[in-house]
Amino acid sequence: MPKRLTNAFLFLILLALALLFAAPVLVVVMNSFKAKFSISQTPFVLPNAQTFVGGENYTKGIADTGFFSAFLWSLFVTVFSVAAILVFTSMTAWFTVRIKSWYTTVLYDFFVFSMIVPFQMVMFTMSRIANVLGLDNPIGLVFIYLGFGAGLSVFLFSGFIKSVPRGIEEAATIDGCNAITTFWRVVFPILKPTTVTVAILNTMWIWNDYLLPNLVIGSDYKTIPIAIQYLKGGYGSVDMGAMMAMLVLSILPVIVFYLTCQKYIIKGVAAGAVKG
Amino acid sequence: MEHSIKRWAWLLVLPTFAAFCIAFLIPFFSGLYLSFCNFRTVNDAVFVGLSNYRRIFTADSEFLHALWFTVRFAVLAVLSVNLFGFALALLLTRGIRGTNVFRTFFFMPNLIGGIVLGYIWQMIINGVLYRYQYAITSDPKFGFWGLIILMNWQMIGYVMIIYIAGIQSVPGDLVEAARVDGANAPQVLRHVILPSVMPSVTICLFLTITNSFKMFDQNLALTAGAPANKTRMLALDIYQTFYGRIGYEGVGQAKAVLFFVIVALISLTQLYLTRRKEVEN
Repeated sequence: MPKRLTNAFLFLILLALALLFAAPVLVVVMNSFKAKFSISQTPFVLPNAQTFVGGENYTKGIADTGFFSAFLWSLFVTVFSVAAILVFTSMTAWFTVRIKSWYTTVLYDFFVFSMIVPFQMVMFTMSRIANVLGLDNPIGLVFIYLGFGAGLSVFLFSGFIKSVPRGIEEAATIDGCNAITTFWRVVFPILKPTTVTVAILNTMWIWNDYLLPNLVIGSDYKTIPIAIQYLKGGYGSVDMGAMMAMLVLSILPVIVFYLTCQKYIIKGVAAGAVKG
Repeated sequence: MEHSIKRWAWLLVLPTFAAFCIAFLIPFFSGLYLSFCNFRTVNDAVFVGLSNYRRIFTADSEFLHALWFTVRFAVLAVLSVNLFGFALALLLTRGIRGTNVFRTFFFMPNLIGGIVLGYIWQMIINGVLYRYQYAITSDPKFGFWGLIILMNWQMIGYVMIIYIAGIQSVPGDLVEAARVDGANAPQVLRHVILPSVMPSVTICLFLTITNSFKMFDQNLALTAGAPANKTRMLALDIYQTFYGRIGYEGVGQAKAVLFFVIVALISLTQLYLTRRKEVEN
């Protein structure tokens, strides 16, 4: 009897909560079209004839931060890092599962161990080493992300590979495949659900990462989070108009990505958590 | 087969291992060693024993203050995020209309990076406080509550997704059987649903505890520690010790080691305790 009524009531509560969740982003969008002084003083008022400035904040923000180059560097680093992580950590996970020996056990334990170590522990020494080895450029950064992403990714891949029957692999070997062709033709396609999870989790992390790229390549190449932070630094007072416009521009690609891959993202997060 | 795999080890393992050594293993162990040294650039390290660790507690009280701030933040954030996230998960598993759309909305903030999140909330909180002639940096409590709100906005959707997966894995006939036996809704929740979602609780607590302790970007963007470093969390304190004070690199590294030990102890204890609960049920 009252179930329909309760559900209607709960629906309204959820609707209110959803608006509450969306509100901060909407406020930012609204303010990105307002003159900078009206943002800090009256952020919750719609732009009017006096405060509306059109795309001025956007042109200024883009010029100040070099937003398009930041976007391209973010894209470059994220795409190639995630690709490198998928290709190499899946193979490594397969190796550590299939070769049972003291050294694969030690290696696996180190990978798992690295997941609980906070970044600050290795921050200083890592950026020094990257600097000495000439890894302080976007390609070097991809290599470093492979190292940092290895822990979680090997862990997730290994968990799945343990459930892959060896028989399939042995059949492929008999058919004349070597280890590499066996892995890529037979094993890797079976790993697809885990590959999606690993890709999503690493994309979310690397795209938004600030401190690591800032320490390694920040002075020469800015990714989006570095460009945003740069807007604040230096001048003392922040141009709130340009800041709002840049916040909108940095959220936009994330939302597009989210809406297109939503199903995979939500599944990936749930699956990654269960195994973690 | 094993023989063939071993022959290809250079391709299967070497790239990952080399990157892992350079990004993690070597920095980790040299960082451990350097925490017992005085140094500016790593190459000029001089062994000084435990002096850096002593200086953490004698040269400045900042670390202890940051630790206390972080602990208070973590307790409140972990509790609120998990309670709200679980409540939302319960609401979204009742078959209410529009469930998928709501789920999309609640999860969305999680994809936005910490720096961007920090500046969004800085603007909003400053906008509210402006009416009372305050700013977020006028009083540490504004920064503290700002971080709590931000963390809730960011993480509720994430734990909600994990709790939803947990609740959906509870067998329907189990709930039905309990109902037939005369259990009311709170009893079903307490004795049927909760024990079955313990694995989700374990992982959500782990994620929220480690995220709270390691929080950096949000802290940097929202207040950067202002006023007077009163809202500085552990990670930011370590960063500013390293890069903000010349001659304190060794102290920074020692703080980082302590930070690592604290995070590891707390998260492993939590995993141990909640996993034990899983087995019991």
